Amino acid sequence: MNVSDSTPAMNNLMGSEADSQRTLYPYVTGTSVVGIKYKDGILLAADMGGSYGSTLRYKTVERLKSVGKHSIIGASGEISDFQEIMRNLDDLILYDNMWDDGNSFGPKEVHNYLTRMMYNRRNKFNPLWNSLVLGGVKNGQKYLGTVSMIGVHYEDNHVATGFGNHLARPLLRDEWHENLTFEEGVKLLEKCMRVLLYRDRSAVNKLQIAKITEEGVTISQPYALKTFWGFSAFKNPTAGAEGSW
Amino acid sequence: MTKQHANWSPYDNNGGTVVAIAGADYCVIASDTRMSTGYSILTRDYSKIIQLADKSVMASSGFQADVRALQKVLEARHLIYQHQHNKQMSCPAMAQLLSNTLYFKRFFPYYAFNVLGGLDSEGKGCVFTYDAVGSYERVGYSSQGSGSTLITPYLDNQLKSPSPLLLPAKDAVTPLSESEAIDLVKTCFVSATERDIYTGDKLEIVILNASGIRRDYMELRKD
Repeated sequence: MNVSDSTPAMNNLMGSEADSQRTLYPYVTGTSVVGIKYKDGILLAADMGGSYGSTLRYKTVERLKSVGKHSIIGASGEISDFQEIMRNLDDLILYDNMWDDGNSFGPKEVHNYLTRMMYNRRNKFNPLWNSLVLGGVKNGQKYLGTVSMIGVHYEDNHVATGFGNHLARPLLRDEWHENLTFEEGVKLLEKCMRVLLYRDRSAVNKLQIAKITEEGVTISQPYALKTFWGFSAFKNPTAGAEGSW
Repeated sequence: MTKQHANWSPYDNNGGTVVAIAGADYCVIASDTRMSTGYSILTRDYSKIIQLADKSVMASSGFQADVRALQKVLEARHLIYQHQHNKQMSCPAMAQLLSNTLYFKRFFPYYAFNVLGGLDSEGKGCVFTYDAVGSYERVGYSSQGSGSTLITPYLDNQLKSPSPLLLPAKDAVTPLSESEAIDLVKTCFVSATERDIYTGDKLEIVILNASGIRRDYMELRKD
């Protein structure tokens, strides 16, 4: 409930003062998140970049966070909105724990909560400017889902946000299969992240991979991918068209 | 200072086509399982069909978040109805509820294009077709969604529906058998898949009759 709803500024409901209370555009943003199901559970990957428009401003942003014992969330879009979402999720898990009834929220429940939260904000014309990936394992059941800033949601064997939908999903459609081992899964994700690194200008070469299995949740230490830039065409880029630019 | 305009839209079209055909003692409700946005495919395996009551099945295409919210509202309302009346809602009752629910958001609509199928209180097949704000009509068959413009003329031709202007009103329910209707639906979707980019991947068919409910699936072109 928004206290500012009852202030004089909100009497003129669609006036310019009220607009300062709503999200109009994102400021610090994270780029793609990619997720896949594999034999033992779920793997998520995201780089650690926080862009400020075209500036690669922050390079240590953790965009993968664990939620309770069974799930991991990956976020792209506005970082401050993701921090807000994490506050809500941490509260949700806290209250779930306080019931102390032997029950705990699994990935399906968390995904549903996120979907309702995103849709509700969209209904109020004040969206949380994020695309989220939610993956987890509970009671042997693997779950991988995604929600967008307007509430569009679905689950699948592989998901991605933003540019990942254009560059990573086709690779996953071709190479994903039911029984990927952990090593194969990581290799496949790294292939996706490498393509994104080459072709998405908001990508940075510092990423984390998260693994969720029945045993629990682990998020790797940050590391960089090997890239190759030694193409002869790059050595003398202007050789064919010498000039001022 | 002029009013700032949002640079985002609360709506999106996630595509897809839905069809329903009513028979003498059955109803066939079908949809593709592709979910898209813009020129991208989000998933090839998303069901647009939901069973709201024993004898009511709804299929909806359009903006998926609104469709899901609409489904949840109707599911909840049906549960309350069962608590209050100790019985399942009939299909015509559900039809009215859906219309009222849609009109309730007349000034910020559910971007959902619905087709409700089931069996009426006499056990005859019934199909109700809707627009996004709740205007509805009982018909013998209907198609909604991105491929509807391709499918509806074909159904008009194949089912030779009597004119709704006739007096006395002639029943629009098809004399086709259940298996003939299912075949017809499959043909509709294969055709729509050829020309509509938002339709394809897989076809889900739900058949409702006196013995209960069953599902059938068929692969469609994935391009």
